[in-house]
Amino acid sequence: MKQNEALFSVQDLHVTVEDKQVVKGVTLEIAAGSKTALMGPNGSGKSTLANALMGHPAYTITAGRVFMKGEDITDLPAHEKAKRGLFLAFQYPVAIPGVSVANFLRTAVNARFGRDVPIREFRNELLEAMKALDVDPSFAGRYLNDGFSGGEKKRIEILQMAMLKPGVMLLDETDSGLDIDALRTVSEGINRIAGPENGVLLVTHYQRLLDYVKPEVVHVFMDGRIVKSGGPELAHELEARGYDWIEREVFATEGN
Amino acid sequence: MATRIEPGTTDPKARPKADVSIGDDYASRYGFSDPEQYFHKGAKGISHEVVEMMSRMKKEPDWMRALRHEALDIFFAKPMPKWGDQEILNSIDFDDIYYYIRPMELQGKTWDDVPDYIKKTFDRLGIPEAEQKFLGGVSAQYESEVVYHSIREDLEKLGVVFLDMDTALRERPDIVQKYFGTIIPAADNKFSALNSAVWSGGSFIYVPPGVKVEIPLQAYFRINAENMGQFERTLIIADKDSRVHYIEGCTAPIYSTNSLHSAVVELIAMEGSYIRYTTIQNWSNNIFNLVTKRAVAHKNATVEWVDGNIGSKLTMKFPCVYLVGEGARGEILSVAFAGDGQHQDAGAKVIHAAPNTTSTITSKSISKGGGRASYRGLVKVHPGATGCKVSVQCDALLIGDRARSDTYPTMEIAEELVQVEHEARVSKVGDEQLFYLMSRGLTEDQARLLIVNGFIEPFTKELPMEYAVELNRLIELEMEGSVG
Repeated sequence: MKQNEALFSVQDLHVTVEDKQVVKGVTLEIAAGSKTALMGPNGSGKSTLANALMGHPAYTITAGRVFMKGEDITDLPAHEKAKRGLFLAFQYPVAIPGVSVANFLRTAVNARFGRDVPIREFRNELLEAMKALDVDPSFAGRYLNDGFSGGEKKRIEILQMAMLKPGVMLLDETDSGLDIDALRTVSEGINRIAGPENGVLLVTHYQRLLDYVKPEVVHVFMDGRIVKSGGPELAHELEARGYDWIEREVFATEGN
Repeated sequence: MATRIEPGTTDPKARPKADVSIGDDYASRYGFSDPEQYFHKGAKGISHEVVEMMSRMKKEPDWMRALRHEALDIFFAKPMPKWGDQEILNSIDFDDIYYYIRPMELQGKTWDDVPDYIKKTFDRLGIPEAEQKFLGGVSAQYESEVVYHSIREDLEKLGVVFLDMDTALRERPDIVQKYFGTIIPAADNKFSALNSAVWSGGSFIYVPPGVKVEIPLQAYFRINAENMGQFERTLIIADKDSRVHYIEGCTAPIYSTNSLHSAVVELIAMEGSYIRYTTIQNWSNNIFNLVTKRAVAHKNATVEWVDGNIGSKLTMKFPCVYLVGEGARGEILSVAFAGDGQHQDAGAKVIHAAPNTTSTITSKSISKGGGRASYRGLVKVHPGATGCKVSVQCDALLIGDRARSDTYPTMEIAEELVQVEHEARVSKVGDEQLFYLMSRGLTEDQARLLIVNGFIEPFTKELPMEYAVELNRLIELEMEGSVG
């Protein structure tokens, strides 16, 4: 596939954090209408990759390019990426005290689409999205992530995703901290938002989210690199056997 | 001390106290027979002569004239405060200030004299032209006549007195004399002494027993050069079980070439009553804003100060509540915004002098660029004031590496059976917060503004809608181009 045909394309990306090389050459593509999982153990650098793709200023892209619908977005600031439809659901969403969920979302929706969405239209859409994600309407007036439980924060991330209608969704450990009911609700939300026009990258340690949100492609990420790729069966294998065997396999290959 | 004594004035220290007789022979002593003529000359500086002329021109009763003279002696005798921002404080030139400006006459100032940055801010805030001229100190009066008159009629039916202080002194001398200066005597501090000597304008409110004033009373509807003057004097008395909310100020910058603003505000909340006093002030950044505000809350009464300070060169303002009756409650909620070259020295004082009294202090400050915000607070619990609850929370937000914040909390607790909470936090607009919001499409400026507006939200939500909207717009202007 040529770069301008892919919805989202990462080519040989290198990222440093405080001069330490964390992502060491990642190449991957996300096609429209597809779901891709990026699985890796803790500390492998997968969160760094997700944040760097979104444009976190603390993470420096030292080499490689990122394309979205053929456009080079590598060096764009985060808000420009967001306007083009890139979305990162955070592993640890920060609190913004004093700013209500509704007020924040309205600002974000207006920024994303570059127009003032009428208040009534916005309200109806918000209430609908909240209902679908089983979020109590009172959350509209609560301060963003301020005093929210882990599960509530994750739901609100998906709520934001529903409202911002992104083209490419990066989900960073969205399953962590969720009980089984919340996991199901959140997964249903993701599946509802995912469609033929957009693509999903699921960044996760565990396979359990993948029971609900089913990827076509699974990459195994270790030590800043994709070391193995396959279909959904690879995720099950990881669940059953852990990451060690892949590590040995990789070492063996490198040893040759 | 930069105070000048007018030639021909006797040494203040040698003057007998309360020298009322000064009024009887002022013409021969000072060589002026006509106060109008005196002020027409546009005299700067402070003296007994100025006080005498001013009081005569206002046709005040003898007791007030005597009070002014006595206060002026106290002002002369008291040294400058030895605390606070000494560098800025000691740069006040008391000789270079007009202490009395005749109403309707503003020393021939024109619109051209108003600095461009002030005009620009007016435009961007969408202030109507007539009001711009007033706020710029070019026109003496701005009144929303229609609104004000209908409000006044409703109030009169309830027996509520809502007048400017000069009119109150003429029309309700009995009640003014009874309470004036009882909460903040002239001798309280150097600036309360100065205000007592040269006060003009301000508001007077009396709410009869049991009357609940449902709409906020706004000085905004009745502002004129005196009301919004340099030395206004406000006195509010809420009689038993009554209720009133007073709002003064506006978010538009107030420009004056006269660099000192020194007001005195006294509140008296009788048993079971409720007073809320909301201020938003945005002085132009050449102004020294040195204000004394104090309230007394009697049994089961509540006093709330809601105080927003933007602008000025130096603000020193510490709204105070004396909780003197059992079950009284005091709340002080303040926001200060210190931009480049500004020092907001604000805070709160609460004195628990009776059992089962409650106080809550919430102070929020934002320092930007080279701005400095200080919280200075005093909480005092007298012996025997058992069962008191005190909660103090100070939050400072710093924007930029040069911004500064200091906290000077003092607690004097002379009683064991009290519950005291104190929390102080200094934070910066966090990179993670900025990134989070930017990842949703907000520019860095939009993100920072949202965080700042969120920070002051506990304050903003206490304001009437139109003030809250204005304040957010003003913060937006203040935040423009700020680099974190």
